[in-house]
Amino acid sequence: MAETVSEGVAAHTDTATDTSRPTPRRVPTWVPAAVAGALTLLFAAGILLWDNRLPVGSAGHRTIVQMRLVSIGTIVVVAFCQGVGTLAFHTATANRILTPSILGFDALYRVIQTALVFFLGAGALAATDGLGKVALQSLLMVLVATLLYGWLFSGRKANLHVLLLVGVVLGMGFGSLSTFMQRLLTPSEFDILSARLFGNISVSNVAYLPWAFGVCLVVGLVLWRRRHVLDVLALGRETSTNLGVRYQREVLLVLVLVAVLISVSTSLVGPMTFFGFVVATLTYQVLASNEHSRMLPMVALLATAVLLGAYFVLRHVFYAGGMISVIIELVGGLVFLVHLLRKGLR
Amino acid sequence: MITLTDVSKSYGATRALGPVDLQIPRGGITALVGPNGAGKSTMLTIVGRLLGADTGRVEVGGLDVARSRSRDLAKVLSILRQENHFVTRLTVRQLVSTGRFPHSQGRLSTHDVAQVDAALEFLDLMTLGDRFLDELSGGQRQRAYVAMVLAQDTDYVLLDEPLNNLDMAHAVAMMGHLRRAADELGRTVVIVVHDVNFAAAYADRIVAMSDGTISHVGTPAEIMTPEILSEVFATPVDVLQHDGRPLAVYYR
Repeated sequence: MAETVSEGVAAHTDTATDTSRPTPRRVPTWVPAAVAGALTLLFAAGILLWDNRLPVGSAGHRTIVQMRLVSIGTIVVVAFCQGVGTLAFHTATANRILTPSILGFDALYRVIQTALVFFLGAGALAATDGLGKVALQSLLMVLVATLLYGWLFSGRKANLHVLLLVGVVLGMGFGSLSTFMQRLLTPSEFDILSARLFGNISVSNVAYLPWAFGVCLVVGLVLWRRRHVLDVLALGRETSTNLGVRYQREVLLVLVLVAVLISVSTSLVGPMTFFGFVVATLTYQVLASNEHSRMLPMVALLATAVLLGAYFVLRHVFYAGGMISVIIELVGGLVFLVHLLRKGLR
Repeated sequence: MITLTDVSKSYGATRALGPVDLQIPRGGITALVGPNGAGKSTMLTIVGRLLGADTGRVEVGGLDVARSRSRDLAKVLSILRQENHFVTRLTVRQLVSTGRFPHSQGRLSTHDVAQVDAALEFLDLMTLGDRFLDELSGGQRQRAYVAMVLAQDTDYVLLDEPLNNLDMAHAVAMMGHLRRAADELGRTVVIVVHDVNFAAAYADRIVAMSDGTISHVGTPAEIMTPEILSEVFATPVDVLQHDGRPLAVYYR
């Protein structure tokens, strides 16, 4: 008897909902990928060749192109770190409105920079610039993150929300500490420091780039090899465990990798809060599928296209190179708010 | 065989479960019944290794759930909780395909695809395969989740209140599907149910729990007596015979 009822129910509900809504139209993956790829090439070419007034083939022309190549390299690294880092962070936390800066990275970067000026003077910032400082700074951020996550997110009472909350509180603590030290600086020292605290692609140093590329490559490969595990992690702790994924270990690994990516990006060009969020959200919008085998390449590509485009337009068309991250953050923050208001806090 | 030995779980000073000893043989449907807070879901999630026990040992099909590799366990045992909220937007077919992860590690073979098809077919979901989960009715969505754990192809299937929020017709249909999973696919199904009459009508064994301990274990005919039910649920319950099956009546 149960069988006949079951068939009846199935038939009834199926016809009832089949007419209600057509299956949404899905754009094939290659379309947004091709558009983003074309834009990337276009903007890269634009940055390289636009408004170079020296005669083609002269030494000066080559020098300018070389300098611009460094900028492009930096942009690619930063875009990759922010885009992939944020997307992986969303997956690990099973939440799509967080940004990795919630873990206090930007604040940590600020406090390190401020402390340098505060204790050693403005000269220290210039004197300590170099590969060593960037490496040390990245290492410190990753170390703090690993210790913090390792401590909070292992053992029986592991709880992702507590971890995030501690990140927020630490971030606020670092932030207030920075503000306090900044109050005590002389105006000129403060001015030099402020320039450091807003991301600036134009001032990044060519010496770090090969290292940053190497780190991105390694992290990218590790994430790519785990793309199917990431698909499962996105379903949360219980479903992941049921499917045989060691949830705690995997989430910890992803968080540490995110820490590496974000600290590389921050050390290169300073903090960026909303850029990763914007490109990750864009990726979710343009892709019909939620598989990481598609999302990871797409977010890297989109991030590169967006950042190159912003750099090209602002630096070469509007001559406002120093303002890039300010404007990206402004636009990003607005997108973030609109997204929150439209989708709610889910 | 599922074996629990001296299993207990406490939250602070409150003991949620145990210590309990229980053996659930292979095959058939076993229903865990009891009042709210009796420890049914706690016991089920401990068996399904989503929650660690404070003491004791749980074995499923010869594997110790606390010590075995999670990946090996996932081929023997699957568990579905009441609330499944995913951030990712999945189609029914994608959801059911994730059930194959323990076997495929994400790369679906033709055998995996066949298993997914079989699970969709089994739960009448073939026409809904390309629909997104958030476009389904509650009953359809619940069927999709059950299809996922069936596609996992495990001997033991644990379901925490699979009838939650289902209306009469959908609840009956769901129990029919589970009955067929046990009879036709040879799965050992363990469910937590609130409605003791569903347990009586479909289960082979009933485990009655109250206050974190197991008070009675037996066939529906053995458990469905006014004395036992009144004691377990702490409310007067009468048992009638309807169509050759016991029927609990407790509304006033």
